[in-house]
Amino acid sequence: MAVDTRVSRTEPAATTATRLSGPKPPRRTASPRATRIRNIVLPIAVFFVLIGVGYAIAAYYDQVRGLPFLVPYPHLVVQALLFDGDFRPDLLEALGNTTLIAVIGLAIAIVIGMAWAVLMVQASWIESALFPYAVVLQCIPILALVPLIGSLFGYEMPSRIIVTVMFALFPMVSNTLFGLQSVDKGQRELFQLQGASRLTLLTKLRFPAALPSIFIGLRNSAGLSVIGAIVADQFFQRGDGGLGVLISVMNQRLNGAEMFAAIVVASVLGVVVFVAFGWLRRLAIGRWYSAN
Amino acid sequence: MTIASPPVAPPASTRVDTLLDFRDVAMRFANGTVALQDVDLTVDRGEFVTVVGPSGCGKSTLLRIASGLENASHGSAEVDTDRIGYVFQDATLLPWRTVRDNVELLAELNGAPKTARRAAAQESIDLVGLSGFESNLPKELSGGMRMRASLARSLTLDPELFLFDEPFGALDEITRERLNDELLRLFVEKRFAGLFITHSVSEAVYLSTRVVVMSGRPGRIVGEFDVPFDMPRDPEIRFTAEFAELVGEVSHALREGHN
Repeated sequence: MAVDTRVSRTEPAATTATRLSGPKPPRRTASPRATRIRNIVLPIAVFFVLIGVGYAIAAYYDQVRGLPFLVPYPHLVVQALLFDGDFRPDLLEALGNTTLIAVIGLAIAIVIGMAWAVLMVQASWIESALFPYAVVLQCIPILALVPLIGSLFGYEMPSRIIVTVMFALFPMVSNTLFGLQSVDKGQRELFQLQGASRLTLLTKLRFPAALPSIFIGLRNSAGLSVIGAIVADQFFQRGDGGLGVLISVMNQRLNGAEMFAAIVVASVLGVVVFVAFGWLRRLAIGRWYSAN
Repeated sequence: MTIASPPVAPPASTRVDTLLDFRDVAMRFANGTVALQDVDLTVDRGEFVTVVGPSGCGKSTLLRIASGLENASHGSAEVDTDRIGYVFQDATLLPWRTVRDNVELLAELNGAPKTARRAAAQESIDLVGLSGFESNLPKELSGGMRMRASLARSLTLDPELFLFDEPFGALDEITRERLNDELLRLFVEKRFAGLFITHSVSEAVYLSTRVVVMSGRPGRIVGEFDVPFDMPRDPEIRFTAEFAELVGEVSHALREGHN
């Protein structure tokens, strides 16, 4: 996670040196267009291989072991996913609930995480006092807290949100803190010379400078909030269930195709969140910041 | 040891107007390092004083004390203006702001109204030759252009005292010489008092009306040279015998002070 917000200086001496260091071996980089095509074609090829492997495993369980419900054929999963009118409402409702929990949990994690980091950056003694707890938070096996959370907050939505927040919080805290602290000393003194207040320093310098790092935290936290929401489902199964509940239920009923369909949806949700936050990041800071 | 060449002919208005006055300044950091000792130095209006010295001798500390970023641990540093420009070693531009918004920053921090600071920014941008690049981001500029933007930013304060902390140290020779010329042009035009830190002796002699030589740590003033060349300066004086001689004398003092 090398975030460098400093403006890099041109170093003509270095360029000359490389230019003088004899002929370079011919570069083997393909043209940008070929690279683009390759980046699309190869993953698709791997996809088909995986589908093939899926069929092989399904055939093994079906033909050899006689347990066809355990690993369904891929086309049955597709059917459950897209063409099963009875299953679709359940799937969509579960997706909606999981997404809702993940979004609420993420929003809370963002607010708490950034506030926590902003607080710590105000004074080094505050950081000393509070940072260990961010680490502790990450080290707690959340499974161990399930009975406690359950008895305090019940086995419905509030507890699911709490677990989701616990999953998503740490990357927000640590990345925001790292970003806020990575401000160049010269830039800080520039503000100091004009007698800028703490608030001005935060809003006009620290926060914008921290954005690249904050977006890394956001993307990690968003991914974790989806995972958190699904894991929380498995522990706190009362009330409106999400994908995690659906997966357990379908597993218990030996509905392999439906269970896999729910797993696919959960995975797609994770990927969508990941891509969405990458896109959001480019939109927000791509103009001035490019990670090498 | 103070070697003074014949003094420069005094400017038309002879009233001495001291903008910066270091008296018996010493600097000892918390870790025990003594960066400066026995420094007496004044900079008057219309003077461009350059401090040369080996790296780590506390030259930059002088500027930090003058600007109020640090307090001297001994002695006094009086500054007789609140319009101080400070140009850092790096351009310290904010990468998310365009050239215009970067140049506007200081006025913005001082609470100047939008139209006033926009006008001041445009004037400074024109002055440093960055017209046409107002909407560019720092990453789209060369090192020299970033320094120009940094200069323009300080110019918006219309400084009476201008502090330069090795601003051109990271630039290549040609860019550095061009920026030296630009800086001299600004100095002639604006008549601020300049205090410039560098470790390039020829840059020091070319830019200044007076060169101050500091010893290695703890930094003491071991020589002062008045520079007799007229302002505005002809870039060709760099190739004259008098220039070479003065560079030689300063270098000599620098070497003596280092031992």
